[in-house]
Amino acid sequence: MALWTFFGLTQGKATTPWPRRGEADGQEDVLGMPRYAPDQCRDGCADCAAVCPTEAIAPRADAAGGIVPSGITVDYGRCVVCQLCTEACPTGALSPSHDWAFGVRRREDLVWSETPAPEAAPAPGQRAFRRSLHIRHVDAGSCNGCESELQALNNPFYNLHRLGIFFTPSPRFADLLLVTGPVTHAMRAPLRATWEAMAEPRWVMAIGTCAVSGGIAAGGYACGTGLDGVLPVDLYLPGCPPNPAAIIAALLTFQGRAPQRVQGGRHGE
Amino acid sequence: MNGTEATIVSCAEMREIARDLFAGGGRMQMVYAWQPEPGAIELRYVASPPEAGRFLLWRCRPEGEAPSLAAIWPSLGWYEREIMDLFGLGFRDHPEPNRLVLAEDIPPPFDGHDPTRALRMTDIPRPLPELDAPEVQTLPFGPVRADVLESAEFTFFYIGEQILHYHPHLFFKHRGMEARFAGLTPTLGTIMAERVSGVGSVAHALAFCQAIEAAASCTVPKRALWLRVLLAELERVYNHLHYLGHLANTTSLKVGEAQGKLLEEQAKQINARLTGSRFLRGLLIPGGLRRDLAPGDWLSGALESLRAETARYVDLLERSDSHLDRLITTGMLRRNVALDQGATGPVQRASGIDRDLRRDHPYAAYAELPLIVPVRSEGDAYARAGVRAAEIDASIAVMQRVLLLLEDGPVRADCTTTPGAEGLGWAESPRGTLFYAVHVGAGGRLARVKIKSPSFSNWRVFPFTVHETNMMDYAINEASFGLTVAGCAR
Repeated sequence: MALWTFFGLTQGKATTPWPRRGEADGQEDVLGMPRYAPDQCRDGCADCAAVCPTEAIAPRADAAGGIVPSGITVDYGRCVVCQLCTEACPTGALSPSHDWAFGVRRREDLVWSETPAPEAAPAPGQRAFRRSLHIRHVDAGSCNGCESELQALNNPFYNLHRLGIFFTPSPRFADLLLVTGPVTHAMRAPLRATWEAMAEPRWVMAIGTCAVSGGIAAGGYACGTGLDGVLPVDLYLPGCPPNPAAIIAALLTFQGRAPQRVQGGRHGE
Repeated sequence: MNGTEATIVSCAEMREIARDLFAGGGRMQMVYAWQPEPGAIELRYVASPPEAGRFLLWRCRPEGEAPSLAAIWPSLGWYEREIMDLFGLGFRDHPEPNRLVLAEDIPPPFDGHDPTRALRMTDIPRPLPELDAPEVQTLPFGPVRADVLESAEFTFFYIGEQILHYHPHLFFKHRGMEARFAGLTPTLGTIMAERVSGVGSVAHALAFCQAIEAAASCTVPKRALWLRVLLAELERVYNHLHYLGHLANTTSLKVGEAQGKLLEEQAKQINARLTGSRFLRGLLIPGGLRRDLAPGDWLSGALESLRAETARYVDLLERSDSHLDRLITTGMLRRNVALDQGATGPVQRASGIDRDLRRDHPYAAYAELPLIVPVRSEGDAYARAGVRAAEIDASIAVMQRVLLLLEDGPVRADCTTTPGAEGLGWAESPRGTLFYAVHVGAGGRLARVKIKSPSFSNWRVFPFTVHETNMMDYAINEASFGLTVAGCAR
């Protein structure tokens, strides 16, 4: 319609030049995963672990069962970004940050480690999808937060198409299965059937903390604990929910177009 | 229960009470079960009074089965079925005694149920009509659907373009969220409530916090009450903008879709700039807010700019014949059906029912704010879109008022719960009435949390607007309801 054509033309370009140029990813003030600085931990303190709703932070017990100095383990794969630990921490060892680009190839890269392993290379074949990637999404019981951000990917600001990445209705046309939610018992079979309908080579990405570890809903009478043990996962992206820029960054990491930002739970600059 | 006017009755009296409520112009909101002690079940019926005032509550302990009220209040039918699934309690003379939320092989998950209790329910999760007509085709669609959508399965019975019957199965995503609250502290309960329905994070956390505050009889500081209004209205605005964009998608108005979703993105970026979260999470807590917000001068300007752009956008939609042709008379919901089946929020207000919790049962600072509640009477997709578009304007006006009048002060008061306390909290979410009923157990931890979500109500209503319509209108009609599956399935 002439009305809308004229309107569209007068609006100019709404799409961000990021990630090709500049820093305008649209997430300037978005809080990400809490940053962990173990050297600031007080001996015997585990105040953060006491408030963590998903045991992303847990007291590290020694052989005798006592809490060891600077004694916590941090697993970003379980973090729901509630920020309670940053409020409970008396020393700033856990502090709010804007670190959200947490897409990783190995689950263990989400666990904080003194000695992070070097970055894992993309699996053979993944680079073949650098210029064109077709995605089938399955909601396996999410709260709709992840869907809201996935739907945002095709709004004019992020405009995912310009990166050669497309959502497709049929699993037959899909290269990548993108799963949200903790995998409820009732969604297990439809999820599995969708994956089986995909032609090989096929890949799987776990989007959001629920799909990575079960998140807030893990366990109980109706839910599983994410994708591990259900499907082979090629990329994990925790977040509650991960913002659209984090999802784009993870997709580019999967394609080998951008480096993985996180190793051993540490978010690089 | 704090926040209500409670009466203890026998379950046998409930049918008469329900009839009197109906005759008097009140409205049944929900029924839920909980276990005051192991092995015992108590039913709680919550209703809106005919006039403004406190919510009504009836408590009864069923012996064996409870009488079903679904014939008097059809909207209670799903609540009773959910209780059958989760507690193993039967309801006598239920018109559709089928499973609702659980798959057939899962026993009632709540502890202490008596396996010998008569359980009059079939194991058929999807009560579909039996057909002996070869010209009628059946189309099962889902649970994995096209595009990025929530999982749900819809079954259509149709001839050509004409839909004869439609049945949604909405509980593939049932996560058992209510049970996940048990044993948590109220603070962790708030984190959980924020994640029941992602696009309703504020409304859920707010209703939950208000239920705890009612149970603990604590007073929230004034500044926090005002800031809560700001958060709740920001949530309404980004949801309604998404709604308008998605609706334009279903009528194939591509630039209209893009503009709606761009405005939604701008609203989410405003959310993030103010709170650090695009979904406004991480602020609410029983007793007020976790930290103060400093809505700088920029916010008022950003909201005014969003309001002006939205007004221009809505004006363009109003001038698009192809869009309007698809909405007008589509998905008609008559007032009496809306009332009987329990429609809520913009859906009921588009069918001529003038109810809004913010005005009728004010919470936070709504009593002190001028609130416009748009109501339309046509009951079609056009009216539902019109109500939401007008609500964006009204929301931004309320927020500007908050920014103008916001006073300095503390934002958090102590709020400690004692064992045995219980409270009801509510909020008018972007999709309608939301209730949280909270029971506190040992150590001040949560014993039972019941969520009455607006999508649970509106999904129940929706099929009545689909039967005997046509396939081409289905997606438009569904979008015009603005439903979430997560809120419904929990």
